[in-house]
Amino acid sequence: MKKFFQAFRSKDSQRGLWLISPALLWMIVLLIIPLILVVISSFGLRDPDGNVIYTFSLSNYVRLAGYNPAGFDTLYIEILWRSLGLAFQTTALVILVGYPLAYFVARAPVKRRNLLLFLILVPLWTNFVIRVYAWIMILRTQGVLNGVLGWVLSLAHIPFQPLEMLYTPGAVLVGMVYEFLPFMILPMYTSLEKIEPSLYEAAADLGANALRTFLRVTLPLSLPGMVAGTILVFIPVMGTFIVSDILGGRQVILVGNLIQRQFLDARDPAFGSAASIILMIMTLIVTVFYTRTFGFGEELTSA
Amino acid sequence: MPEFAVELRNVSKRFPGPSGEIVTAVNNVTLQIRDGEFFSMLGPSGCGKTTSLRMIAGFELPTAGEVFIHDRPMGQTPPYQRPVNTVFQNYALFPHMTIGENVAFGPEMKNVAKADIAPRVRQALEMVRLPGYEKRKPKQMSGGQQQRVALARALVNRPEVLLLDEPLGALDLKLRKEMQLELKTLQREVGITFIYVTHDQEEALTMSDRIAVMSGGVVLQVGHAGDIYERPNCKFVADFIGETNFIEGTVREQQGRAVSVETSGGLLVRAEAEAALTVGQKVFVAIRPEKMQLGPREAANIFLGRVEDVVYIGTDTHYGVRLAGGQRARVREQNTAPGSKPVAQQGDEVTVTFVAAAARVLTE
Repeated sequence: MKKFFQAFRSKDSQRGLWLISPALLWMIVLLIIPLILVVISSFGLRDPDGNVIYTFSLSNYVRLAGYNPAGFDTLYIEILWRSLGLAFQTTALVILVGYPLAYFVARAPVKRRNLLLFLILVPLWTNFVIRVYAWIMILRTQGVLNGVLGWVLSLAHIPFQPLEMLYTPGAVLVGMVYEFLPFMILPMYTSLEKIEPSLYEAAADLGANALRTFLRVTLPLSLPGMVAGTILVFIPVMGTFIVSDILGGRQVILVGNLIQRQFLDARDPAFGSAASIILMIMTLIVTVFYTRTFGFGEELTSA
Repeated sequence: MPEFAVELRNVSKRFPGPSGEIVTAVNNVTLQIRDGEFFSMLGPSGCGKTTSLRMIAGFELPTAGEVFIHDRPMGQTPPYQRPVNTVFQNYALFPHMTIGENVAFGPEMKNVAKADIAPRVRQALEMVRLPGYEKRKPKQMSGGQQQRVALARALVNRPEVLLLDEPLGALDLKLRKEMQLELKTLQREVGITFIYVTHDQEEALTMSDRIAVMSGGVVLQVGHAGDIYERPNCKFVADFIGETNFIEGTVREQQGRAVSVETSGGLLVRAEAEAALTVGQKVFVAIRPEKMQLGPREAANIFLGRVEDVVYIGTDTHYGVRLAGGQRARVREQNTAPGSKPVAQQGDEVTVTFVAAAARVLTE
């Protein structure tokens, strides 16, 4: 912290201050002030018209913890727990699917890399919501996947009952992985691409086979990309509500859906604010714990 | 004990080129590298020296021919199963590991007992004069130090052959000279066969027991530094190693080794050749600048000329002389006398002399 302020005193960083001022203004007006408002209203109460009565009450947080006038209910805790679990599962799957792909692109001939990266980014040209809707076509009872499965099984003369895949946690997971995969692939690709090819040769030269080269050289050197990708995937997945809304229906409610409904349907912004704060704190705890363990990989990336 | 540490038998390597054509990087190369020698592969970039080294290491597989290491054919053996280690041009130290971990990597991969690794690492670092550097990271070290770590990391495995791919290329001149001597000393101490790839002829002459001069994927000449400098077998080798005057002409007559060559300007040069030549054949007479003298004296070749430039470089003075036949020659006179003055000035008429044995007749 001391260093931070020292930096401001030198002439160079005064110029730096000028450069960050637009972003700083933006952050203050659109992030810091709204955040303070959310914190304040999370301690408020709901009046009958759906406005916030500004006071200091912990009742929203007590309600989230499960205590309400009617008794004890674990509904909200389940929602938070489900969101956390789904975010972990999504991140893990995105790493498992994205790593080999990022590795493949990074080791492809230089000319082909741009084409491959382009192909990875092409889906992002389509609207987020439309891409999620496409999964309905694939997953529903009369959908593409059931159609193909039925056709294959009919060839083998096996009776087929279409699977109920839509509106399940699995459907939400598939949708999340699909939506957030590029955000893992890109930073991981950057990390992998930076690894000098001679390091692979050096490892082989020193007696490491492909597996040991991967574990001792490739994986540790690509960790910074994986950490960055994890942060880019985990945080938005914790808060998103569109994927679960469309592919989970009323069956899979996440904390994002809870917050959205408090603000739009239930007209209880105070309770919605409290849920937002809890979501933020949970995300922060996980992120801090994660980066403490793996670091941002500074000493690796600056090599 | 097999006589040769490494043997290349009719080895070729062809790559698909950038526009689909086939590039022959190494063309039917046969080499025998003796056990315990410091062997250099010397040539300009693209001559196939690095590809040859990479085929010994196993990073490339020959398109034709076979590589033997201590009489064992290598075939498809992957790099991690070959008894050789490489020092890379850019060192290729693992940036996420400490120096100690870098050096320990090889023994670990070879499943050396844990208790034996630390002493071996310490010993290897002492050998390259970096004792106690185990805890540092590669980027905390200078280029020369990283170079030494790369050496230690390779030598700790006690390879049968050490391959070095232009390892001093990135160092500055002074450090490079130091490292040259150090490498040579180290090689004598450990007694391991070193195969050294370089484009720097001085480096090769300084360190090597034997040198292979390569060009266009072919080995042109193999020999001791003296062989290659004094008795180059073709124009390319004479030109690539050191400085040479070439006098172009046609063979007038040959009697054993003695050849007379007539230049287009009408000079008759007496020189020596090892090969049989035919009268009228186009040849080059190669004479090193230090083997020519200014001033009249008894010699087989005595030519008149005019000094066009004089360059004083301390130990020597170089004279650019236009011979009466029209050819230009550079003559090097050593400044051995105290307070030595140039023996001629620009514009002076001089006599250039050299003995027949100093002039070699070479074909293209």
